[in-house]
Amino acid sequence: MKIVVTVKQVPDPNSNFALESDNTISREKEAVLDPGDECGVEEGLQLKESLGGEVILVSMGPERAKDAIRKGLSMGADRGVLISDAALAGADALLTAKALAAAIKQEQPDLVICATESYDGSTGMVPPMLAELLGMPQLTFAKKVEVDGSSVKVHRQTADGYQVVEAATPALITVTAAIAEPRYASLKGIMAARSKEIKQVSLTDLGVEKSEPAETIEAVADAEVRKAGEVIEDDGTAVEKIVKVLAAAKVL
Amino acid sequence: MASILVYAELSEGKVVSTTLELMTKARELGDVYAVALGSGAKAAAATLGKHGAKVVHVNEDAAFDDYIAEPATDALAALHEQQKPDLILFGFTPDSREVAGRLAARLGTGLISNAGDVSASGGGFVAKVPYFGGAKIASMKANGKPAIILVRPKSFEASESGGAADVKQLDVKVAPESKRAHVTERVVEASEKVKLEDARVVISGGRGMGGPQNFPLLDDLASALGGAVGASRAVVDAGWVPYSMQVGQTGKSVRPGVYIAVGISGAMQHTVGMKTSKIIIAINKDAEAPIMKMADLGVVGDALKIVPALTAAVKAKKNG
Repeated sequence: MKIVVTVKQVPDPNSNFALESDNTISREKEAVLDPGDECGVEEGLQLKESLGGEVILVSMGPERAKDAIRKGLSMGADRGVLISDAALAGADALLTAKALAAAIKQEQPDLVICATESYDGSTGMVPPMLAELLGMPQLTFAKKVEVDGSSVKVHRQTADGYQVVEAATPALITVTAAIAEPRYASLKGIMAARSKEIKQVSLTDLGVEKSEPAETIEAVADAEVRKAGEVIEDDGTAVEKIVKVLAAAKVL
Repeated sequence: MASILVYAELSEGKVVSTTLELMTKARELGDVYAVALGSGAKAAAATLGKHGAKVVHVNEDAAFDDYIAEPATDALAALHEQQKPDLILFGFTPDSREVAGRLAARLGTGLISNAGDVSASGGGFVAKVPYFGGAKIASMKANGKPAIILVRPKSFEASESGGAADVKQLDVKVAPESKRAHVTERVVEASEKVKLEDARVVISGGRGMGGPQNFPLLDDLASALGGAVGASRAVVDAGWVPYSMQVGQTGKSVRPGVYIAVGISGAMQHTVGMKTSKIIIAINKDAEAPIMKMADLGVVGDALKIVPALTAAVKAKKNG
């Protein structure tokens, strides 16, 4: 089974968010493989281990995004593809999906695995676009995946339980973090990853034309901030204070 | 007048509240019509009419219930071809965003997601979207024809405008090749006691709760207050609690009378789903946590001690 996992390099969610004085996101922050994608890589590796085949990581980003791909390779993925192009800076979801679709088509995978949403953007719009552009069905919010021959079955997380969703491959699935606990890369894995191939391609290589972005930013304003209220150290009277607030809000 | 198409999301045959919020906003923007697909669509049309839809296009083909996203995308693409709406509005919900994403890719228009407001401007539409981690709000002009905008739940209050919609059968045949991602079984694991979205008190836990074994402390407080328990994405991802409890950008949006954030630092991902709560109380070890800067009352201390004491105090006050 040929499996493509999409991966993204994101600012480390465990470090504190910082803005530069011009309101751009601080680039000082360490960049990591998106934790959601780590779960996708893990699921891809587990499927490969039981079914055989190949796991290919496809990413889009600047040159340094190779570090995120390398992380997945050190976990055990076979090779990587990085789409890198200055024209992609600030790409919207559709252009991102177009670039990824073009690179993934060349691989002709049986299964494409994406995280449900990225850690930085958190909008989850790329996977359904990608499924459409690849002409694949989408099996989403998977907390469990089973592959049997040419069919794939997932447990799709819902508000009060789950749905069983089935489709024939090739198919795109999006996985939640509940799917699999990502493995730590072994020293052997880290050494092996150094010699694994990461192919770098541009939009021209992929034959993708830059499309008009879905939006134009007209203005940027400060978000409305709630005024900070009172902050108290709990010296034993905090509970009493909270009860007063609850009573004043008429919920008690 | 601009023509606005609202994608009505149905859950167990009923229109979800986010759709009614969108309808209410859409009335300000132009002529509103809606599309409702799957079982219950015809009955839903009455509700949509009361909220301002002039026309509701319906189709009750079971394929819309049984197959993910693709049949609905086909229907919307067909309706777009016939009607050429200026704007298509979706809720920024797990089910709607899957359809919106496919549609935007098929029409080649792109979309704007995570909008907190939409307005008409210069013959087009402008969406307000959190930017730079939520510190800023960007006004984004939609370039797509049609413009496709996904609006976060609870961005507007739903209200009825009276009236009845003209119900039209949407003539679309779901192609066999769109019947692919097949829902073969629905399993209910847990029934929520008080719905998170409707609760007047929400108590949410984050990493500061220390582990899933401590969440029953929040359940106890919630039942004492008649509220519901939510969670941050961090603990949902860690597998402590199910996704259905996640409050935030891609979880649930809540607007209760009182929101108690316990051991939650207050990342934008979370706060975007709760910052319109009337009163916010934060309990956190870290006085510098961002949540403290938006709370009406911030308590710096040990949540595992404060929460049980609070539960006891609430019970005592109720009984006294």
